[in-house]
Amino acid sequence: MVLSISLYVALVLFGMGLFYKGFRWFRYSPSIGAQNVPTARRLVAAFTGILSTLFSAKFFTLVKVFILDVVLNRRILREDFLRWFMHMSIYGGFVLLVVMHALGRYTSAVIFDNYYPTINPFFFLRDLFGVLVLLGVAIAIYRRFILRIPRLFTNVRDHYAIIIVAVILLSGIALEGVKITSHTIYRQMVADYAGLEDAQELRALEAYWVQHYGVVPPAGQGPFDAATLAQGEELNNANCVVCHSRPQWAFTGYGVARIISPFAGGLDKVNARRSLRYIHIFACLIGLAYLPFSKMFHIIASPLSLLANAVMERGTSDPANIATRQMMELDACTHCGTCTVRCSVAAVLDEIPNINILPSEKIASIKALVSGKELRRQELKAIQEGVYLCTNCYRCTVACPVGINLQDLWFNVREVLLQRGLPEFSVLSPLSFYRGLMRKEMGKKAYEKPLVRAKETIADKCTLMKIQDTVVPLTPTDRAFKDKLQLSAQASTFSGCFGCQTCTNACPVVANYKKPQEMLGLLPHQIMHACALGVRDLAFGSAMLWDCLTCYQCQEQCPQGVSVTDVLYELKNLAVEYISGIPSQTMERER
Amino acid sequence: MKFALFLGCTIPARVMQYESASRAILGALNVGVVDIKEFNCCGYPLRNINFKAFVLLSARNLALAEQDDLDIITLCQCCFGSLKKANHLLKEDALLRNEVNSHLEKEGLRYTGGIEVKHLLQVLYHDVGIAAIQKEVKRMYEGLQIAAHYGCHILRPSQVVQFDNPLSPTIFDQLVEITGAQSIYWPLRLECCGAPLCGINDELSMDLSKKKLESGRRLGAEYVCVACPYCHLQFDTVQERMRAEKRMGDRLPSILYPQLLGLCMGINEKILGLEMNRIPLDSIKDFLSETRGKPGTKAAYDKGARRNVA
Repeated sequence: MVLSISLYVALVLFGMGLFYKGFRWFRYSPSIGAQNVPTARRLVAAFTGILSTLFSAKFFTLVKVFILDVVLNRRILREDFLRWFMHMSIYGGFVLLVVMHALGRYTSAVIFDNYYPTINPFFFLRDLFGVLVLLGVAIAIYRRFILRIPRLFTNVRDHYAIIIVAVILLSGIALEGVKITSHTIYRQMVADYAGLEDAQELRALEAYWVQHYGVVPPAGQGPFDAATLAQGEELNNANCVVCHSRPQWAFTGYGVARIISPFAGGLDKVNARRSLRYIHIFACLIGLAYLPFSKMFHIIASPLSLLANAVMERGTSDPANIATRQMMELDACTHCGTCTVRCSVAAVLDEIPNINILPSEKIASIKALVSGKELRRQELKAIQEGVYLCTNCYRCTVACPVGINLQDLWFNVREVLLQRGLPEFSVLSPLSFYRGLMRKEMGKKAYEKPLVRAKETIADKCTLMKIQDTVVPLTPTDRAFKDKLQLSAQASTFSGCFGCQTCTNACPVVANYKKPQEMLGLLPHQIMHACALGVRDLAFGSAMLWDCLTCYQCQEQCPQGVSVTDVLYELKNLAVEYISGIPSQTMERER
Repeated sequence: MKFALFLGCTIPARVMQYESASRAILGALNVGVVDIKEFNCCGYPLRNINFKAFVLLSARNLALAEQDDLDIITLCQCCFGSLKKANHLLKEDALLRNEVNSHLEKEGLRYTGGIEVKHLLQVLYHDVGIAAIQKEVKRMYEGLQIAAHYGCHILRPSQVVQFDNPLSPTIFDQLVEITGAQSIYWPLRLECCGAPLCGINDELSMDLSKKKLESGRRLGAEYVCVACPYCHLQFDTVQERMRAEKRMGDRLPSILYPQLLGLCMGINEKILGLEMNRIPLDSIKDFLSETRGKPGTKAAYDKGARRNVA
């Protein structure tokens, strides 16, 4: 009674969870274009999209992807054999357990005429599948907690997933062990199936089961003589073997039975199997009810993501469907860390401690971002920096075992954030090259906004640049600024400049303009001079810094050995540090 | 001869034909390459923002190659420039090396300064040698004029990269002329392609590309030949866009050096990825003669130089 009510409650919660998640897929979006498309329109688009795919040649692509990627986990195998083995063990073992054991009444019992959970092959297979799952869990624990892969983070959701599976499996095995030893269960079975009346026969059968089937009788029995055991064996063959194989076949449960045999009598008396059964079933029900909100939701979302990505493409697919797919992808992420391990820039974490640089961790932040949650300015800045510190190398997307198009996700989120207007100084680096190539994907105004915003923010803070025809006081010199330059590995040569202008004359950017100073502010030789004078605003505030090609013409030709380009590099670093106050805005989450 | 092949971020994502063509010619010339899966970004895009982050990324790659006791071969000149620079700094500056190693040691890596970084062109010129390449050339171009674009980060700063004479280099011209094509002299040949400002200041970036391409075109080049994915994207994808936006007239198609050489070596066009260039390369095959002609010579190049200057 309690169990059936719990089952229905769990099923209802599970259903509501599914509905809530599904609703989110069609309600929110990580891209600007689709944010205002109403849910109804997104549902219709999805429906038409799915129908038109099913009745086209793409159907065969879906079948292929389903078999190779969903069922056989090909993408995990490509990454790492051990992880493939781990995942196949857990998911294969668990699915088989659910089908054969948990739903045995509706599956095994219907398919097979003489089905009893206590008879082979079911008796043995149940344990085999259980062991597979446990082996997988053990590999997962090894990978997460012992192997210590750099930058692979393990969070609460990962802990939960490992714990819930482990509890279900271990409680099941313990329950089996206790049942094997249980004298009460033995007596019940004899009453239900054997139909023996004779006291001697009962004694003989029990002797046989105690000797060979692991039953632990109330104290004071045995050892048994050979004749009794022989009679027991005969009775066993006649009455029991039809529906009960030797418990040794259920090797994990039997192992437990052997271990607990010294105190099995006590466990039987206090009805330990009842508690274990509750633990086992409640763990399953909790797993079921919480599934839509846990990492285990990937059971549903990941296959969908794999299938959707096999037949969808930016540019050809309906943007409304892309938005829905991207929401689904956020749920499909299993936080396995493959993207982060393969990420081209993840290693900078030691120098730029912003966890959002790591793709696997970015996903969590993006989930919060797209659901419309109000994030603090600092959080937004951290996510924005994290999404921008990306070389768009596609390695995360190629590697993702559940086929998430991470590249597109970063692209969309990047644009959404940049349009909010918080200045992002990384846009003034070659990281913007990809954005430049993708210029056509956004309007001219939207494209230029973050560039203008970053340049303006810097110009605003360098007030001296804006005052024309003023005598700039040269004392006191900005010692801190000058010291920083002098101590830097790449900039200390600025002091050799004697103002000959060779650098400026060699510069192709200067040569591109009729009135270079109007476009660029200070020119290279003037910037070197500003450094020598220690006038920070003038050195930081010139557009020349950000319009430098880093072609090294200036540096190559300097007669004084000034590393002009490298000084400009250092000034850019210092300007970004000075203006954004980098140390205060970093954000770390617990490892 | 064996190198760790450093592809960087741009080539596998956007200029895949450069990788396949390079692997093909290196294979044919008996240069072995090893792929190190753990390689990451060279750090180049981060140099504007954070010097230490750049050095750390570069150093991690150097350490990975050193672990396998291999020198690095790069195809990208920006990767080359950055790895070279970091390698130079790490060899010279013990304090910096120790600081970087303190980070790398967390994942069991360490860089002691024991390897060299080379660009594809250097390996071809110095390690393989012009004579050995000539032996593999089966067909040659006739009457083909090529504008060889050196690219900034392979030439400068010369103290660090040590590729060729930074003011008057000839290595790339010589490599081009192995194919029978004539490498023309053009005044803007050592200038920047404009790519570093694509996405930062597009007007300026396109101005510079346009000037350069038009200069090559004016001096009679049929193609501009490059050995860097950034230069290629700028001269290919961005040039196409400039034409679509009516910013420039006649185009000067970009060809990657291993594509130019590969055709002469008889390597399959599919592997060279000719059709993957945005601006079609089909007409280059019209210049190929079926027999081995006379290779272009240094003298022809010098003559061209004099003519163009005059």
